[in-house]
Amino acid sequence: MKRYFLCLSAVLLALIILAPLSSQAAGKTLRVAIIAPSAQNDLAFTQSIVDGIKAIQKERPIELAITDGTFVVEDAAAAIRDYAKKGFDLVIAHGSQYGGSLKEIAPDFPNTAFAWGTSADTFGLANVSSYEAASDEGGYVMGVMAAAMSKKGGVGVVGPIEVGDAKLYVDGFVKGAKAQNPKIRAKVNYIGSFSDVALAAEAARALMAAGSDVLTGTSQMVVGAIGAARAKRVPWFATQANQTELAPEIVVASQVYKWEVVLKKILADMDKGIKGGKKYQINLANGGIVIEFNDGYKLDPKVRELGLKTIAGIKDGSIKTDL
Amino acid sequence: MADSFVALIIVSTIASGIRLATPFLLASLGEALGQRSGVLNLGVDGVMLLGAFCAYYTVLQTNNPYYGLLVGIGIGLLLGLFYGFITLNLQAEQGVSGIGIYLFGLGMSDLLFQKFVGTPRPILPFMPLHFPVLSDLPVLGEMLFQHSIIVYIAFGLVPVMSFILYKTTYGLNVRAIGENPEAADSLGVSVMATRYSAIIIGNGLAGLAGAALAIELGIFQQNLTNAMGFIAIALVYFGAWTPTGVMFGSFLFGLVQAIVLQCKTFGVIPRSASDLAAMAPAIITILALIVVAKRFKQPAALTKPYVRGG
Amino acid sequence: MGLLRAHCPGAAGTNVKTNNIQTIVRLLIPIGAVLLALLIGAVMLLSLGADPVRGYATMFGAAFGSLEGFSETTIKSIPLLLVGVGICIAFRANVINIGGEGQMVAGALLATIIALAFPALPPLVLIPIVLLAGAAGGAIWGAMAGALKAWFNVSEILSTIMLNIVAVQFMNFLLRGPMMDPAEVARGTGIPQTMRLSPNADLPILIEGMRIHLGVVIALGVAVGAYFLLWRTSMGFRLRAVGYNPDASRYAGISVPKNITAALAFSGAMAGIAGAILVFGSESHRMVTDGSSMGFTGSAGFNGIVVALLAGLHPLWSIPSALLFGGMLVGANALQRAAQVPSALIIALNGLIVVFVVSSEYFKQRLTPALRVDNELDLIEEGGNNG
Repeated sequence: MKRYFLCLSAVLLALIILAPLSSQAAGKTLRVAIIAPSAQNDLAFTQSIVDGIKAIQKERPIELAITDGTFVVEDAAAAIRDYAKKGFDLVIAHGSQYGGSLKEIAPDFPNTAFAWGTSADTFGLANVSSYEAASDEGGYVMGVMAAAMSKKGGVGVVGPIEVGDAKLYVDGFVKGAKAQNPKIRAKVNYIGSFSDVALAAEAARALMAAGSDVLTGTSQMVVGAIGAARAKRVPWFATQANQTELAPEIVVASQVYKWEVVLKKILADMDKGIKGGKKYQINLANGGIVIEFNDGYKLDPKVRELGLKTIAGIKDGSIKTDL
Repeated sequence: MADSFVALIIVSTIASGIRLATPFLLASLGEALGQRSGVLNLGVDGVMLLGAFCAYYTVLQTNNPYYGLLVGIGIGLLLGLFYGFITLNLQAEQGVSGIGIYLFGLGMSDLLFQKFVGTPRPILPFMPLHFPVLSDLPVLGEMLFQHSIIVYIAFGLVPVMSFILYKTTYGLNVRAIGENPEAADSLGVSVMATRYSAIIIGNGLAGLAGAALAIELGIFQQNLTNAMGFIAIALVYFGAWTPTGVMFGSFLFGLVQAIVLQCKTFGVIPRSASDLAAMAPAIITILALIVVAKRFKQPAALTKPYVRGG
Repeated sequence: MGLLRAHCPGAAGTNVKTNNIQTIVRLLIPIGAVLLALLIGAVMLLSLGADPVRGYATMFGAAFGSLEGFSETTIKSIPLLLVGVGICIAFRANVINIGGEGQMVAGALLATIIALAFPALPPLVLIPIVLLAGAAGGAIWGAMAGALKAWFNVSEILSTIMLNIVAVQFMNFLLRGPMMDPAEVARGTGIPQTMRLSPNADLPILIEGMRIHLGVVIALGVAVGAYFLLWRTSMGFRLRAVGYNPDASRYAGISVPKNITAALAFSGAMAGIAGAILVFGSESHRMVTDGSSMGFTGSAGFNGIVVALLAGLHPLWSIPSALLFGGMLVGANALQRAAQVPSALIIALNGLIVVFVVSSEYFKQRLTPALRVDNELDLIEEGGNNG
């Protein structure tokens, strides 16, 4: 009898001690810092991660610090180090070029969780996770739709520099277009800069003059291309964020990155004490990538059908982009 | 069939070059005027950016692109007044103050954008003009006569500026104080007033260039000009401080950019060489200047503050 | 061009007699200018809902308030000082070098290539070699602009700005192609960066636990060397003569084209060393870019011009000038983090500080007129000039 009561008291005691800890884990304000290379309202790369964290802020208390516009790699390194020193729980290095620096900094702060995107490398460190977007999937879907929509048999792409996320999207788009119509003329123009908006606009015009009647593009300078497409009423497929409001008359659909899908997993791991070491990806299957159609655009129902079927095909694995 | 396609491409390339050249031309004309009077302004890009944002915001609120242009010019004039004060009255080092204004314009335009606009919203650009007979001409029509009004304003300013600079007393004064301010002063020309006017007009044109850029692109973004202002400054040297020279320089630069774009569109330039191709406008500008190298001299009094009576 | 002559009398290089009160006033005036700019910045901060007092406290603390902060400031100042010293040389020869960005990139590329080619050399050999390579790369880039001016009369302002563009695209081409990290190639992500460079080329850390490295010593050495070059060697005399009065120099038998090229070569070399130090002293120990030059250099190629001009084009005065400018940059970044304002405000604030400080020279002039003792170069040009 005595033993029974002793056990019971021990269990009760344990529960009393542990309970506040567990509710703290869910209720404690996490300090998260984001370092990103472009402006947080760029309707593209940086905005996507900020939107992702803000979506999670609705569910749990997060103290968010943002250092945007950090295209100077050394400055970003200094910022990463500083936030880690200030005791932030999670430091998100949202830029492929930050990886080399992060590799050197992370070992100095074993109690800080770091996340690096877009990439698929954690350097074998226990406190670094990586995240990337399977933007080729959305690209493929939109390539299929674009090829189906094109009356002249030509689609055009305006890209910045052939690296990382941009390259993945463009390759996926071209593949999808060719899969839909092997004879499609898919022209790609990497203008050589992430910020030359005027050149992007002219690139779009050149593509249109050369016979592309459906356009797409990626990265922040693409707003110029959207403007040029809008003037000629050429349909546009968008990526990285929902860009419908930029040109409601011509945007057909946007591949939207819902980073919160990945961020939730990272935070959940952190609750359990795992600070990193895992590679994450957002894609169509896990809902991290969503194709948002612009309801204001009168899309041919057959093309929409085709798009939805392709999405389903990628989700269940019957269609592979092989990229 | 193939021939007419090639002709079409050439036509659209030249048209594209003209469009790309326009903001360079406007900013460069303004800088040329200022430099002729002996003042270097390295802050052109900053003025362009502030002009661009203010014009963008105006059009966003009023839906009228012409108001946007006016506001852009106005901001340029104001900044010109400020630059004139610190350069002429306070005799600040021109190279440094220019870079300071560039930084200020770069940051302030983005800051104002983030605070007052937030998420980018599009504005309507100018519609291409349509001239009764000219626009429908087979080749020249698309090349020259289907542009928006700002293109015509820019290229139209070239003869206007040439006239002012070479055929008016004012222009004579500007050139004189740029070469020898002491002599001009002794002849009764107010060095201060003339330089002030040149700076103010010059910056007004820079503001106009930025406004034109933003309205043409239909959007504003952080660092919209992407260092266009510095290239415009370089083109002043290319053009030997003459409006026509500046026009040729801007057009050459824009044309090469357009040609590179076309080559990329048609796969003539493989993707692996796309970075090398992006060098083309810069290299060709240098080569062109070597070929055209005449022994021209810059305004002798450029960047020297003038102090009356030594 | 008269950027040299545009300086107030009493600019370094001439002898100046002032008394102590005047010296203090001369120091206070630029400080006052900075404070005025910060005041306007405070208004901007308030309008964004941030606390200026705490923000500025963080700013100063981060830049100069601790050993670590000072270490960061120093690291930031190194490229500013090197480029600035190069500008001193160039501008004194009347050559306007706006090509600092491109020259830094060129130097960094050559230094990185050497490090990739000879990773096994011991540090005592490798480090000097990569720094020399950096100097060589920058010197070549500068000399190109110099030759264009000297023999083709192509304005150096045009050629240096254009060569900046060429350098950036060349860097993109190399970093995304032949010089790209093999791991990146394998993964196919295509980040434009090299592999982690040989540890033998890491610049040694000077103080345990800090990041301050040998680059400081090198930069200081270069600054002192430039001082000697300009005022203690005949080459320096020729450079300054060509800058002061090219016609008289030609009369005296000094070759103007050769000296212009030399000036740009020296200037470029120093920027090139800065580029090399940036690579080998960086956190990542590799050369990486986002596609622009400023992403790599942090705009040191332009800021170096400001540093040099604020220092009166004197290599030794460039040292405190670079330190202060570096402190401003470090502090501004810390301010952004502390006050959580957009980085754009920081850039605008930097611009304001530069404009106000350079405008305050006027008040320095008016309040502390200095006696000017003749410079030996005045013998070349009779009568001097106002300015």
